[in-house]
Amino acid sequence: MELPPYATTGQRIWHYTFKVLCGLILFFLIAPIVVIIPLSFNAENFFTFTPGMLAFEADAYSFKHYQDFFSNPDWQQALVNSVQIAPVATLLSVSLGTLAAVGLSQDHVPFRRAIMAILISPMIVPLIISAAGMYFFYSRIGLQGTYVGVVLAHAALGIPFVIITVTATLVGFDRSLTRAAANMGADPVTTFFKIQMPLILPGVISGGLFAFITSFDEVVVVLFVGSAGQKTLPWQMFTGLREQISPTILAVATILVGISIALLTTVELLRRRSERLRGMSPG
Amino acid sequence: MSTAPENGFVVFDRVQKSYDGETLVVKDLNLSIGKGEFLTMLGPSGSGKTTCLMMLAGFETATHGEILLDGKPINNIPPHKRGIGMVFQNYALFPHMTVAENLAFPLEVRKLGKSEREAKVKRALEMVQMGDFGGRRPTQLSGGQQQRIALARALVFEPELVLMDEPLGALDKQLREHMQFEITNLAHSLGITTVYVTHDQTEALTMSDHVAVFDDGRIQQLAPPDLLYEKPENSFVAQFIGENNTLTGVVKEIREGRAIVQLDGGELIDAMPVNVSKAGERTKVSIRPERVEFNKDRLSPDALTLKAEVMEFIYMGDIFRTRLRVAGRDDFIIKTRNAPDQRRLKPGEMIEIGWLAEDCRALDA
Repeated sequence: MELPPYATTGQRIWHYTFKVLCGLILFFLIAPIVVIIPLSFNAENFFTFTPGMLAFEADAYSFKHYQDFFSNPDWQQALVNSVQIAPVATLLSVSLGTLAAVGLSQDHVPFRRAIMAILISPMIVPLIISAAGMYFFYSRIGLQGTYVGVVLAHAALGIPFVIITVTATLVGFDRSLTRAAANMGADPVTTFFKIQMPLILPGVISGGLFAFITSFDEVVVVLFVGSAGQKTLPWQMFTGLREQISPTILAVATILVGISIALLTTVELLRRRSERLRGMSPG
Repeated sequence: MSTAPENGFVVFDRVQKSYDGETLVVKDLNLSIGKGEFLTMLGPSGSGKTTCLMMLAGFETATHGEILLDGKPINNIPPHKRGIGMVFQNYALFPHMTVAENLAFPLEVRKLGKSEREAKVKRALEMVQMGDFGGRRPTQLSGGQQQRIALARALVFEPELVLMDEPLGALDKQLREHMQFEITNLAHSLGITTVYVTHDQTEALTMSDHVAVFDDGRIQQLAPPDLLYEKPENSFVAQFIGENNTLTGVVKEIREGRAIVQLDGGELIDAMPVNVSKAGERTKVSIRPERVEFNKDRLSPDALTLKAEVMEFIYMGDIFRTRLRVAGRDDFIIKTRNAPDQRRLKPGEMIEIGWLAEDCRALDA
């Protein structure tokens, strides 16, 4: 953004204030995340920078917290639990959310808005309320404290993201394509998988990513609905913070940040590729 | 008007369609289309023509009445089992597939073998002169090329009936004229029955075997293009097809197949009674601009003439378009051919105009 030559003094002042504000916002968002990365290589069992680290001495850094993460059975069990829960919850969210979005995009569905509002309510209702509600409900039907219960709860949290992203993609979807497919002899199921699905894939992928991150990062609902057998990584981090303040948490956090960045990048590349395929953006 | 329902390839039998249960978009439609015929549904927007096409394709259901395809009712057959080819207004090519994949799609769902598929795709692409474009994506093609691919895709599975929903609307004039010619040629050489929807009357006249003019949910006239233009059966058709001069008046007498009409200004003219039957009825008479004659030598001696004042002379190259004040209206148009011996009328000039009685049609008021 360049200042035009006719800018007034007021505009100039605002221009620079604006830049400083933007810088501050980015700093407050990113700094807390960036700072944990060097701290996770701390050779001491502290959450602070040691004088040695600040002097860049090699022996002030170590991988010991990473070793702890990969050898400690508690952390390993948490990792296994997270990896078992998040993908299944994501798969459920994506399947159900996509179907819901496709259904709700049809004009003839009655009460579309009301249904949509109910489906995306988990995103709006405070998490602690959803969690408490799920706790009581799942206890009654014997799902509380089970793997299935946690997966279902996380799927419910992920569905709104999928619905919103897929609905947004469907807005640009040309209905005459499904008509053309039907006209050429494709039944509705074939049409969905061969024509509609490839074209709304960018939305499905983004929604799936959000659903995955939701489940992978979620701590409140799993505390209520899960039991010791479903202790996920965020739960373990939470207990870790309360009970033994160990920089292993920082190592885990760094790994999670790495995973998130890798996921986002992959998904963004996939999304661009598929957008190019559907002819939405040039080259 | 239409042939008996039982011998058409496509038959609409007393079809009605309402979207909201109150207003009928299509009112009592009876239409029979012969095998191999090229029929155009022509009409202004909202006249029900596209709804008819959608009912035939199966994307809309008829509220009343029956649609028959090759003698079999198709009301309860879903679109994907009707085996009808269709070209959509925006082409509806699948953007995530190459041209060849687009064409192979209807063959894949029909479970044809790979070699057979490839042969048919190749043949269809050559048919529309796009043989080298199989590997391209639709977005890499121009509008005209996409149009051809859409046409090839509608024909590749060899349907007996092809529907076209304003397929040339998005093309420029030159390309449109070229494609009109190609589509009619292709349809006739393959012997396919074609139902073509358009609001462009030139397209309808140049392409079709029969044109069904739609208005207000009804077919106003179903006729070959020349009859439609020269012998419109009501004033809507006369107005809608081509340029037309309208004069209003009352039928004075009908004698020997000729009607004498007294215009609202008192003048008497000759006309052909079409849907007037007795003296005293109000009528709109319709006369084509190119059938008006102002050279007295070329009119029959007993022809009734009207006084006219030349208002405007427009040179259009191949023709001259002259606007006249006739019987109190100043929007009367005559067209004359730019021939070496043709007189160029000057504004302000007073002339007398007349016509052959059969060219002037007394229609409903």
